[in-house]
This record gives sequence, C-alpha cells and structure tokens, in this order.
Amino acid sequence: MYLIAEFFRQLVEDYPRWNFIWMYEPVQQEKVLSGIWMTIQLSVACLFFSVIIGIIGAFLQGSRNAIVRMVVQGYIQFFRNTPPYVQLLFFYFALGQFTPTYSPDGWLEVPIISNVGWAIISLSFFAGAFNVEIFRAGIEAVPESTREAASSLGFSRAQTFRYIVFPLAVRVSLPALNNNLVNLVKTTTQAFGIAVPELLYQSVTIWNDYPSALYPTMLLVFVVYIVLVGVLVMSMNGWERQMRIPGYGL
Amino acid sequence: MASRRAHSIHRIQTDLPVLKPFYVPPPAYASASHWLANLPPYTGILLFLPLLIWPFASHAAGEFTMFNAFEALFNWIPFLFTSGFLFNVLISLFSMLFGTLAGAVLGLGQISKISPVRRTSWFLTQLFRNSPWLVILFIVLLALPFEFVIFGVIIAVPDWMKAVFGLSLPIMANISEIVRGAVLSVPTAQWEAAESLAFSRQQILWRIILPQCFKRMIPPWMNWYAILTMATPLCSLLGVEEIITLSRQAMEAENNHPELLVPFYSFALGMFFLYCYPIARLTIRLERKYAVKL
Amino acid sequence: MVSWTEKDPIVSIKDVHKSFGALEVLKGVSLDVMKGEVICIIGPSGSGKSTLIRCINALNDIQGGSIHVRGIDLTDPHLNKLELRKKVGMVFQQYNLFPHKTAIENVMMAPLLVLKEDENEVRARARDLMKKVRLEEKENAYPGELSGGQQQRVAIARSLAMSPDIMLFDEVTAALDPETVKEVLVTIKDLAQDGMTCILVTHEMGFAREIADHIYFTDNGVIVEHGPPETFFTKAKDPRTKDFLSQIL
Repeated sequence: MYLIAEFFRQLVEDYPRWNFIWMYEPVQQEKVLSGIWMTIQLSVACLFFSVIIGIIGAFLQGSRNAIVRMVVQGYIQFFRNTPPYVQLLFFYFALGQFTPTYSPDGWLEVPIISNVGWAIISLSFFAGAFNVEIFRAGIEAVPESTREAASSLGFSRAQTFRYIVFPLAVRVSLPALNNNLVNLVKTTTQAFGIAVPELLYQSVTIWNDYPSALYPTMLLVFVVYIVLVGVLVMSMNGWERQMRIPGYGL
Repeated sequence: MASRRAHSIHRIQTDLPVLKPFYVPPPAYASASHWLANLPPYTGILLFLPLLIWPFASHAAGEFTMFNAFEALFNWIPFLFTSGFLFNVLISLFSMLFGTLAGAVLGLGQISKISPVRRTSWFLTQLFRNSPWLVILFIVLLALPFEFVIFGVIIAVPDWMKAVFGLSLPIMANISEIVRGAVLSVPTAQWEAAESLAFSRQQILWRIILPQCFKRMIPPWMNWYAILTMATPLCSLLGVEEIITLSRQAMEAENNHPELLVPFYSFALGMFFLYCYPIARLTIRLERKYAVKL
Repeated sequence: MVSWTEKDPIVSIKDVHKSFGALEVLKGVSLDVMKGEVICIIGPSGSGKSTLIRCINALNDIQGGSIHVRGIDLTDPHLNKLELRKKVGMVFQQYNLFPHKTAIENVMMAPLLVLKEDENEVRARARDLMKKVRLEEKENAYPGELSGGQQQRVAIARSLAMSPDIMLFDEVTAALDPETVKEVLVTIKDLAQDGMTCILVTHEMGFAREIADHIYFTDNGVIVEHGPPETFFTKAKDPRTKDFLSQIL
C-alpha cells in the first residue's frame, strides 16, 4: 500500500497534471470511497423502489376502474416527458419545503426527508414510470389462452397471476428492464444538482480543491461508471440466461 | 464555477405558514356523528371557502402568498420562455444536428470492413453510450479550452457551445447504435441478392440497404431527440443561461420566497411536457407504421 | 344444490343461447350426456361447437337456457367455478402448456396449488399419468422441447391429474402434424375405454365414428341432427348433414 502511494506521489512530481491525489491522501481517498458507496446505495435503493413502483403501476393499469387507469397513465406520461433533472429540483425544492421537520438534538430543525431521500423518491418515480410500461407489455405478452388453461384447471385469478402470468411476464420484460435500470444508474449522477454527495459530487469538490487532480479524477469517474454499468449489465444478463426456458425464444 | 453553484444549494427554510388550520368547535349538545349528519350539504363547500379566499386575504395582510407567487411567474413567463426555454430548444437542435451527423459516420464505421475502423467506432460508441450525460458534460466543460487561436485571432468558446458539444456526444453514440441496428435488421439475403447482381459494397449499402432501413431509424431517432431535449436543463449546472438557470435568477429577483418554487418549477416541467409529449405520441405512431412487416 | 344420481345425465344442456355482441353463436342448443358416454360434436367451422364446450367449463357465460354439470347449475350467479373445474377437465387446440414448467411440473401444478394435495402423492400420480400418455421418458423436458403431439398428450395428462369426471376436448388435433395426430387419438381412445365421460369437438370423422357413443352435428348455432355413429354416418336425413358429410368423407 505504502509503495503504491509513493509511486503516485512520485508521479505527480514528474507529471504535475496527473495528480492521483486520492491514491495517497487519506482525506481525498475517503471522499472518493464515500462517493462511490453513496452512488451504489442510491442506485440500489432506486432500482428497488422503481421496480416496486413498476409492479404496482402495472397491476393498477389492469384495473377495471377507468379513473385508476387514467391516473396511472397520467403519472407515466408526466414522468416520461419531463426532464428527470427538473423533477429532482421540483421534488427537493418545491415539495421539500412542505415536509415536516424534526429536531434530533433539540437545536437544529432537520426535515424528515433529506436530499438523499428526495433523490431516491424522485429517481424511483422517474424510472418507475418506464418500468410500469415495461411490465405491462410483459403481462400483455402472456397469451389469453394460457391464462384460460390455468383457469380451466381451477386456478384462482391470484394463483394464475402468481404462478403463470408473472413468471412469464418477468422473462419477457427482462431485456427492456435491463436497459432502463442501466439508464437509472446513469441518471443518479443528476442528484449532484441537489448536493447529494455521490461520486460525481465528491469528484467535483476534489478537482475544485486540487485542479491538478482534474484529469485523474475524471478518468476515475469514467471508469467507475463503466464498471458499475458493466456489473449491472452482466448480472442482468446472467439472470436472463438463468431464466431462459429451453425451447423458447425467451 | 459549476461547483460554486452546487455548493450554494441549501435548503430554503420557511417560517411562513403555508396552510392555516380551519377549526370547527365541537358541539357540546350531541354526539359528533349526530351533529355531522345534521349539517346541510353546502357545508362541505363552505369548508373549502376559506382555502380559496385565504391567499387573497393574506395578500391584503401584506404576506407573500401563492397568489403573489403566481403573479410573479406570469410577469416572468415571456422572459423565461423566449430567453430560457427557446434556448433549450436551440441547444437541443444543434446537439441533435451534430450528434446525428457524427453518429451516422460512427454507425457506418461500426459496420466497416476495415477492422481498426470498426473497433474504434465500436469503442467510441460504447464509451459514450454507457457514460452518464452529466459526467460527459463536466468533462467537456473542463477539458475543452476556453478559447481558440486561429490566425492570431482569439475566438472565445462560450459555455453553451461546449454544452452543445457535450450533449452531442451521447447522441452520437446512440445514433451510431441505431444505424448499426437498422443496417443489421435488413436480411442478409438482400446483401447476397445485390452481390449476385455485381453491385459494389458501397452501392449495395447506399442504394439498397440504407433506403430500406431509413424509415425504421426515424422513430428511435425522434425518441433520442426527446431524451436530449430533456437533458438540456443539465446545462444549468454548467452555468449556461437556459430555463432552469433563468428560473433561479428570476426567483432570486423575487426575493427567494419559498412560495415561488412550486410555480416556477412547475412552469419549467410544463414547458418540457408540452414540447416532448407530442413528440412521444408521434414516435409511437410512426413506430407502429414502420414496424417491420414480414 | 340439485341432488344428482348416476341415473341422471352428468351434463345436461337445455336450450342454451350465447351471443358475442350482436352475433348469436348458439341459438337454443340442448343435449344430455350420461356418465361414461363419449360424444362427438361435429360441424363446419363457426357453427358454435367450440363455444358450446367452453360454456360447459364456464369459460364463456351463457345468455339463455341452462347447463347443469353433475347437478351444479352453471347459470347460478354464485357458481363456485373451482368446484366445477375440479370435475371438468379441458384440453385445448393450442395445448396451452405453461412454457416455464417442465412436463411433469405442468401435470403436478394444479393438484398442488388448487387441491393442495401432498407433493409425494401428486408426483406419484403424475408419473403414472405420464406413463399413461406414453411420455414417461419426457418428464423433465420443457414444453418448447416437445413436439406438438407430445405437448398435447402432456396437456391431457395435466387435465387428468385433477381426477375429473368429464373431459372436454376442443379440436385437440387440429393444430397437429398429420403424423402426430394418431398418438393423441390413441391416448383419448384409451381414456374412453377406461370409462371416462368425454365430450369431443373434432374434425376426425373416422375417429368419431370409432369411439363415439353419440354424434351431434351442429350448424349455424343449432343441433341439426344427432344419433349413434352407425346411423348418423350412413342414414343422415337432413340435407345440411348430407352435404357436410359428402364434403368430408
């Protein structure tokens, strides 16, 4: 470890524009690591909630009540056709002012939803809008005759959904879901706009404090996102392969 | 400069009451439900009346209300629209133009017979397709020089031109994928048939393959235009004076009352929705129309 | 619930009317099936025969008349569809196997989930059924890996796993290759010989003649003519029946 740090210390002396400061200075290293960790947490939380929103939305879209369907449709169209960045600002600044506050130490008033909380809410709703349509398309891809076969075997509506329609719909949805989730991970950078201390935010503070660290830190950000997206794509592809049914295109 | 902006973002705390509670004294003479049941039906409307009057009433009392906020927004709308939103549209149009041209070249590069060209094109496509837009924007902003010197003349590069360049990179990569996908979607039998007629590779591509898949590229191309338009507010983080930057400045000019936030951000959201929703509808329609028929 | 004894018809259809919107598909159909009987419904496409047997499984509701299956009134608004479907098995033209489950899992699913039976018992029974449809070596294959005829036999086993009293077959060989039709027909014939009550909609006239106790000819939403196979195929009276048979045979 010490040798690696020494190497980068030497590097910056030889090439002043390539200051990999976070390789030898603990404070900057801490920033980078906490930024990466925040990006991962943010991504995982948003992935989770956006999928939940997608499932609930797809379920509600199949409702017999026209008003429920209209509300879901309105939600989808609004979040799909407005910029996610402005959504973030709207959630955090415009809606954030109405959130109640609490006082953890009796001195400071802290809103119960932090900027990280708002980022998770906003980005989950954004990606969730796409997920609703993806899941809906998956459900509709299950032929009516397969449902009928299940009901003629005495399956209840809930059983038909749980054991037949849902497992098949998930398989149909996976490729599109994969795409959307990759997009979501990339969109988490926009939480920068409300000062969520994720990787991009931390990197910007580093290269503002140490302009010599600009190029190395940019490179780092690039590499980390490529790796994160790569891991997600590979695990999703692995899941897709695992779910593949022999003898079917799915 | 961008970071200063990010640092300056703080929670705006409000000490102004947003909604005043409406208090109905409980009746002493009967049970609550009995009393409720005896209320005339118009009571419901009466209950909401204070809510309607309240903004005006407190306006008279000298407080800054939702009513004032909307009033402020209406004064700013012409400015926000012409200097703000139209500028976003302009950025998106330029980025789309450059992105499409570069993307077409890169896409054809991806199906080139020359291996280094193909590999380089593939690498560039994947790199810019998988990186977050905001990261690309930052890198372009910070890594590009402030000015060029051509024949001794110093030409300054304004931030918005850098933004155009930054936004056209991911567009380029995605258009490249569209071109590659569309060309590959044409059955190989078409290539073989044309080859058997002694067409050259160039001729096959330009005369036979591309005309077939051109229509198919339009819906995804439009889809990316909509996504690009929705990415333009990111330029505000780079200090480009577009709708979000101007909205912030306008709110500052109106003394940063928290009541301003909902109207101003809603206006921005509304503008994007009105612009992007019709594009989305048209995309879906064209998608159905040009769907591959076998 | 109406009490039902073995002497009563197990399926009793009286003056059934069914429309899809403005289109009337069944215009007053009546027929009775006794326990252990095999009946075939034949007729030109669009004559309403598939609709009729779908009504017996309550997949379609009816607008007029009545259907009783083992005394259960299908027009009852409080109809317990589960009770009905335990007694009535149905096989479809397009097999409709669940593509994400293996052959034996397809057979086991309904007894496990609907009847909540013990897994070991169900597995043993499913193995027997796979043997019965001559597919014991394909137990762990997925539907996509089976031929049409094999899939259809798994579908038959799947319905039999619910131990139904009546089996409905809706043009089960119509989507099959000619060479696999026979293996499915043999399976159905075995079933009929075991005493299962069967109602078949079919285009296989030779097969109908061989296994049916009674044949019904439908055209344009009504039963035109019916009778035992010998008389039906040789001494048809109605011109529409004669016309149809002359085109087919």
